[in-house]
Amino acid sequence: MSTAARAAGTVGTWADERLGIGKVAKKGLRKVFPDHWSFMLGEISLYSFIILLLSGTFLTFWYKPSTVEVLYNGSYVPLRGLQLSQAYVSTLELSFDVRGGLLMRQIHHWAALIFVAAMTVHMLRVFFTGAFRKPREINWVIGSILVLLGIIEGFAGYSLPDDLLSGTGLRIAEAIIQAIPVVGSWLAFFVFGGAFPGQDFIPRLYTIHVLLLPGIFLALITVHLILVVYHKHTQYPGPGRTNRNVVGYPLMPVYIAKAGGFFFMVFGVIALISAIATINPIWMYGAYTPTQVTAGSQPDWYMGFLDGAVRTMPNWESRFWGITIPWNILTPAVIMPGIITTLMILYPWIEAWITGDRREHHVLDRPRNAPTRTGLGVMALTFYGVLWANGGNDVIAETFHLSINAITWTARIALFVAPPIAFVITKRICLALQRRDREKVLHGRETGIVMRTPDGEFYEVHEPVSPAEAYVLTQHDTYRPLALEADVDENGVPNPKSRSQKFRARLTNFYFGDAIEPPTPREVRELEAAHSGGEH
Amino acid sequence: MSEHSNGSADVVPAAGAQGGLEQQFPDPGLPAHVHRRTDIDTAAARRAERTVARLFLLSIAGTALFVVAWFLFPVNGKLSNVATSRLLMGIGLGLALFCIGIGAVYWAKKLMPDVEVVEDRHPIASTPEEREGALAVLREGGEATGFGRRKMIWASLSGALGALALPAIIPLKDLWIRDPQAKQPAALLSTTMWTGGTRIVKDPTLEPVKATDIELGAVVHVLPEGIDKVEDPLDEKAKSAVLLIRLEPSEVGPAPKGQEDWSYNGIYAYSKICTHMGCPVALYEQQTHNLLCPCHQSTFDVTQHCKVVFGPAARPLPQLAITVDADGYLVAKQGFTEPVGPSFWERG
Repeated sequence: MSTAARAAGTVGTWADERLGIGKVAKKGLRKVFPDHWSFMLGEISLYSFIILLLSGTFLTFWYKPSTVEVLYNGSYVPLRGLQLSQAYVSTLELSFDVRGGLLMRQIHHWAALIFVAAMTVHMLRVFFTGAFRKPREINWVIGSILVLLGIIEGFAGYSLPDDLLSGTGLRIAEAIIQAIPVVGSWLAFFVFGGAFPGQDFIPRLYTIHVLLLPGIFLALITVHLILVVYHKHTQYPGPGRTNRNVVGYPLMPVYIAKAGGFFFMVFGVIALISAIATINPIWMYGAYTPTQVTAGSQPDWYMGFLDGAVRTMPNWESRFWGITIPWNILTPAVIMPGIITTLMILYPWIEAWITGDRREHHVLDRPRNAPTRTGLGVMALTFYGVLWANGGNDVIAETFHLSINAITWTARIALFVAPPIAFVITKRICLALQRRDREKVLHGRETGIVMRTPDGEFYEVHEPVSPAEAYVLTQHDTYRPLALEADVDENGVPNPKSRSQKFRARLTNFYFGDAIEPPTPREVRELEAAHSGGEH
Repeated sequence: MSEHSNGSADVVPAAGAQGGLEQQFPDPGLPAHVHRRTDIDTAAARRAERTVARLFLLSIAGTALFVVAWFLFPVNGKLSNVATSRLLMGIGLGLALFCIGIGAVYWAKKLMPDVEVVEDRHPIASTPEEREGALAVLREGGEATGFGRRKMIWASLSGALGALALPAIIPLKDLWIRDPQAKQPAALLSTTMWTGGTRIVKDPTLEPVKATDIELGAVVHVLPEGIDKVEDPLDEKAKSAVLLIRLEPSEVGPAPKGQEDWSYNGIYAYSKICTHMGCPVALYEQQTHNLLCPCHQSTFDVTQHCKVVFGPAARPLPQLAITVDADGYLVAKQGFTEPVGPSFWERG
């Protein structure tokens, strides 16, 4: 045994006698994780969070959360000699007078954009594959909260430099708080320590950004990951992959190398992007003042849908009995996000209630095999996309020389018309793909080989699919709609089923009314029998 | 699949649930393992090993680039150095990290065992016995505390814990109201610095404005005189910013009742704070006489007394009544007669 191995053994024994890590390690190190590219989306989220912690810590060494005005005397000549807020000045110094500071700022900002994007796409993957089903509903909720907090944390972060763009964002945030019925003005004054912008908000936001929210993130991410390990990862359907096992590579050594390596790859790519692509050049925006704004102001991408919602909303406001209810702010910025978030968080229970399915699911759905769910997901994405696009209505108008009024009106109409169309198209595509799978199993794969019979008839040779493929294409459950029962039976006795159950029956019809059953071996045999009867 | 369920699914007479050879294609089981080139060819394995090592060495080169760039390009007031340092340090760091990552992944894919391992799953839920055991512990614990019998203890403890909410909430009051004389938010949101006789000064030079200096079609960004002397100039600017616009009187529609003499010689003064969400309405289109808010594109027509012609704003920009003083400088005739900026509940 080498000296190094002996030393490691000594340390291991020392730790095991105090922590009992041997027992944990023996099981934990052989933990199996299935392999699929889409499982790396969650990893990207986790790694960009770690990168945010590392780069953010560096930034805190120089950034000063204060709006007290100081004289700027740094390297950036256009702003030299001006009285600027300390938050802005320290961000300028971080960018121009600290070696590596600008790179770190760029890494932090890019990592934040990628963090929210990766979480969002990860969530879509979980939705479209049905990974949120029992027993993983709690992790769906935790994940939803993480995405929402990620958006808030990102907004808090880019508001800290106190530049013109972020100050404008805060002005809008203040107007949203102020619009809340009854308590809005009080709430805004409590949050900002008085009138906007005041002196208190930036220091408060700083504590929330670097302490409170990261603490909550760490706690939630820990629980999220513990549950992933505890539940064991879901897997895509495949031969040998069942609801009772998990097939993949062990943590030690394959996943330590792959996942560990992937962390370095994510970090490396973010560093390279940050080296060449400048984002949030606060020195060009100037310091915040409530009397100025730049044309074409755009928030970070994840705030775009909210800004777009505000831009899409007509100018409705109610004024009566000495009170004002600004629907033009409340509807897009409070009510709509509230409804969407609630539906998103509750979706696992909504679907479970409709299907009545109380079983554990560890094998993922292929999205085509859940056509209504997939359709609803694309519908929600389309709704989001219309809002997001209209968030840049001024930029679109400018770039393509279009009328901003026309774009906004298009968005208003598209917001209601496009999602249902997207739903129908998606569902039809899913059903068509299911039919194709059915065809493939029943008639085999087209080989491209055309044969001629002695009678002169031409036909294409179809090759039967492999048993493995036949299994993958047919292994899924088919849900059938509940029978719609009459309100009264033939004797006039009212149906005892509650109204909610009738509603549920109607929903199962919406979900599964046009379900396509996967083919069975019997069907294949019957077809073969018919074929061997001499026909083609 | 069905035998592993903890419950039933009443909409699911699925192929999987029915089972049977006639009804479902059988699971053929895991496919046989196929050896990789590196498993059977030692030369290929050695080549892969060298590739991994080369990637790790390249990472060291990246780190070296980072360190060299740090020393070669000090940031001593030269912005070009800042740009070069950021570019080279970033590329060095990116290379250093990425090469470690891709090397490790390549190592795992080519040289570590690629035999898939099967791990069994067990139902998440506890067995009925375990559940019963847990409940028994809870019951015993509850009885030991006398939860049911000692009502006085539980009532007083609930009261004590409930009262603790006060120390948690009351200090939050001082997030804002440290001054007992402070006005209510609605009052502060409804008043600005402008009063009768306040001189109009330019933003940001703070020079007073002569009515005769404003040319036809011009827009001047202005503030109340003395804004630099108040305690929180930004708070005041967020309410008091005003736009002066000189229009051909014939272009302007009839003034709202009681506001006929609020302009002076074709010069109109409107709040610059958008009635939607408080952004400064900073863009003026000379051709259409429209003021546009860059935040959400609310559009106000100055020839119709800043009526909203498009966008999400619900109210026209409030007008400030102006006149000139004895020296010919523009002054406010009176303060704003309505709150400026975004809406709030008590606004009326």
